Amino acid sequence: MAETITRNYKIDFLGKRTIAVGLSVILSLAAIVSLFVRGLNFAIDFTGGTVVEATYDNPPDLNAIRLQLETAGFHGPTAQHFGTARTVLIRLPPEANADGGPAKDGTAKDPVAEDLGLAQNDLKSRVSAALNTDPAFKATITRVEFVGPQVGDDLTESSILALVLATIGILVYVAWRFEYRFSLGAILATLHDIVMIFGIFSFFQLDFDLSVLAAILAVMGYSLNDTIVVFDRIRENFRKYRRGEVIDIMNLSINETLSRTLMTSFLTFVTVLAMAIWGGEIIHNFAIALIIGIVVGTYSSIYVASALALRLGVSRADLLLPEKEGAVDTRP
Amino acid sequence: MRNSFPLWKNLLILGVLLWAFIYALPNFFGEDPSVQLSPVRSAKVDDTVRQQVEELLQGQGLKPQKVELSDKRLLIRFADTDAQLKAADAIEKAMGTNYTVALNLAPATPGWLRAIGAQPMYLGLDLRGGVHFMMQVDMEAAIKQREERYAEDVRTLLRENKLRYRSVDRQNGTIRAQFDDTATLAQAQSVLGREFRGLLIDTDESQNVLLATLSEVEKREVQKFAVGQNITTLRNRVNELGVAEPVIQQQGTDRIVVQLPGVQDTARAKEILGATATLEFRLVDTEHSVPSSADSRVPLTAQLYRDRAGQPILLQRKIIVTGDQVVDAASGMDQQSGTPAVFVTLNSIGAKRMADTSAVNIGKPMAVVFIENKSETKEVNGKKVTTRKKVEEVINVATIRDRLTKRFQITGLDTADEARNLALLLRAGALAAPVDIVEERTVGPSLGKENIDQGVRSFVIGFAAIIVIMLVYYKVFGLIAAFTLIFNVALILAILSLLQATLTLPGIAGITLTIGMAVDANVLIYERIKEELRNGNSPQSAIYAGFERAFSTIFDSNITTLLAAVMLFGIGSGPVKGFAVTLTIGILTSMFTAVMCTRMMVNWVYGQRRAAKLWI
Repeated sequence: MAETITRNYKIDFLGKRTIAVGLSVILSLAAIVSLFVRGLNFAIDFTGGTVVEATYDNPPDLNAIRLQLETAGFHGPTAQHFGTARTVLIRLPPEANADGGPAKDGTAKDPVAEDLGLAQNDLKSRVSAALNTDPAFKATITRVEFVGPQVGDDLTESSILALVLATIGILVYVAWRFEYRFSLGAILATLHDIVMIFGIFSFFQLDFDLSVLAAILAVMGYSLNDTIVVFDRIRENFRKYRRGEVIDIMNLSINETLSRTLMTSFLTFVTVLAMAIWGGEIIHNFAIALIIGIVVGTYSSIYVASALALRLGVSRADLLLPEKEGAVDTRP
Repeated sequence: MRNSFPLWKNLLILGVLLWAFIYALPNFFGEDPSVQLSPVRSAKVDDTVRQQVEELLQGQGLKPQKVELSDKRLLIRFADTDAQLKAADAIEKAMGTNYTVALNLAPATPGWLRAIGAQPMYLGLDLRGGVHFMMQVDMEAAIKQREERYAEDVRTLLRENKLRYRSVDRQNGTIRAQFDDTATLAQAQSVLGREFRGLLIDTDESQNVLLATLSEVEKREVQKFAVGQNITTLRNRVNELGVAEPVIQQQGTDRIVVQLPGVQDTARAKEILGATATLEFRLVDTEHSVPSSADSRVPLTAQLYRDRAGQPILLQRKIIVTGDQVVDAASGMDQQSGTPAVFVTLNSIGAKRMADTSAVNIGKPMAVVFIENKSETKEVNGKKVTTRKKVEEVINVATIRDRLTKRFQITGLDTADEARNLALLLRAGALAAPVDIVEERTVGPSLGKENIDQGVRSFVIGFAAIIVIMLVYYKVFGLIAAFTLIFNVALILAILSLLQATLTLPGIAGITLTIGMAVDANVLIYERIKEELRNGNSPQSAIYAGFERAFSTIFDSNITTLLAAVMLFGIGSGPVKGFAVTLTIGILTSMFTAVMCTRMMVNWVYGQRRAAKLWI
């Protein structure tokens, strides 16, 4: 039997597992180094601060905008083009809101004074006034977002919690449905995908906002989805072929599910690509994170997850225990 | 062998699909520009108002498409925004004092769909434009206020019980009462313990000191009250803004989210939300007659006010109690007469003053004045000028029947509605606890429109690409998959509409992503069928095995994504929550459509034939 199995598959994926795992380890390390050295470019969702999107009649000069804002008393403004040359995204760090935002020290509690203070120092009006000092460039403000530092901190905290809980939930589920070594393999492969996204966002200093975090959680689910399909087949083949090397059966399973893995990844990739190209600037980074996740996730569910499970010493006996499930497998 | 579903199963699936298409339908009818007229305080919207508006519009040569009278508001639909704006101006001028006029985009859902409860999804601010505020309620201040009130009440109670104390003060969250001897201390402890259930009382007998702190239950109560009260107040003020479909809701334990669709002027929105209001209880001046004309003199001891009907009324200058001394006001029924009443609770200072004044004025009328400090920003010569305006209005006049104490009631109100309104105004004087704006997002209407366009465009392109690929790769089965995906989208839209979920840009992205993931189930099944065919199985058993075996894989792989989506829902705020919702619903519906609908159609096409070649 063992011979027929080896002849059945075309590509020896697991034979190249040393190369694959080695590559993954190197890339993961690179990603982690980048995270430590360059850090993530967190958006105001997490850091607090202000973002203003303005549309101009004519393409404006970014340096002039920065100067205008500094003259108006905003500290450390940054400006960049957003989608088109006429649209500008302006970022103001949290301190810049000290006089425009709410009083944080809790001293000004006279309601009338405070309320009026809020209204008069309205950020939108102030930024609008600052941007429109040059009559040659008329700016219309299309979006203003102000996030207080406390809100950002809370979000960071709940985000970390969500990532941890999702990881644990997945670990428990896969361990329950399969076996703990598969579970570890799956979770490591998934974490590998996430580290890659973090790494690329860090290396290119892409904006990391709440929607990117949403994409990461979606990738966790998605990448696992791929891995589970492979594992499912491995389990099935373990029951089907009573003989044969573990590595051969795993290789066979990966080969059998290969066309499905590639097809699905390709289809999902196409939709996400459409999002990245036509979805607009706001969900651009969200789509980018998904694209990275799909590409890396496909690779990791083919190369990494099974290789790790194999390395952890998965054997046929581990998956043969539930006899009842085997009985369902009879053909019509 | 043959592959077929029993009749009931087919009918069930078709029934679900029919339901999905009907309830998804409202999302495709677009919106009518319309003007919304809602009453301010006691004014009413009824058929006479409707007639009035119709005549007014006719006079202006404006033809509304439809004038609808629905729960307490009048909705006037127009064919274009031009007519809408003109009409809003005209109505504002004619009836602006008693009504708020707001521009609205009302869904143009046909009547028969509305009759069965089919409504379009609610668009998030990122898609329709507007302002989003998140406010943090200052809980420390709320608790401090309550502690101060308790300290005051402790003093009063001790006095009433003739228990001598040296001092009562409040320090770092503890109310500290100092007594001369242990006997008084013990008595005070039992009295206070009996009267104030919300306090945890401790004593230090060596120093004759009583220490009271708010119990955890009481603290939670205070926080709940502060947030609830602030929401009520904010809602009251937002209504004044005349915003169509505002969202005011609690988020977490101490935050309030206010969303004002369509509002662009954040400064004005903050002015209204931050408006402070207060109340004054005053005696009506019955000694002088109300001056008949403007030049008549008002007596020095009195002040001229107007009530809500605009009638002048003369009140004494002396203020009995102000709004910040009102602890609570609730509407209900007077137990003796069974008529609507408002139950007012004062703090101890207020109670004492009210008792002293009312005792010597039994039988005389007392008025409640509502004072609002509004600020308005207007553009004068290109510069923004903020003016502060004080609006004073007599909202109630009642006769004092008895010596009023800490708790008293105002009766003689006509309707339960009026009682509710009065209670609301009495409470809504000021925010129960200070709020800070901790998050503010403004999205312009054009940007919202652009976001919808981009979201829909990327969805359509992605969707079309998938269908083409599926057709090329899986042929007839690909066609079936295409139908399945359309059903899936219809189901998602129907469920989102039924839940009245908020659709956001990430939400649209979620639907797009779901399509990519949903087709995975089809791919899994089809690849399995192909494999079974390669293994030399007959078409019928290949189809059978394909569905049966792919199912557990589909189930397992979807559960994990579901897990991640639920986590996302937990942390998400606003738009991202929309993504989590659409992803979750999409996963669930795709399980149904991919497995059930695909199988039904495959059965129809191939189930009955014996040795057909499968076009896969």
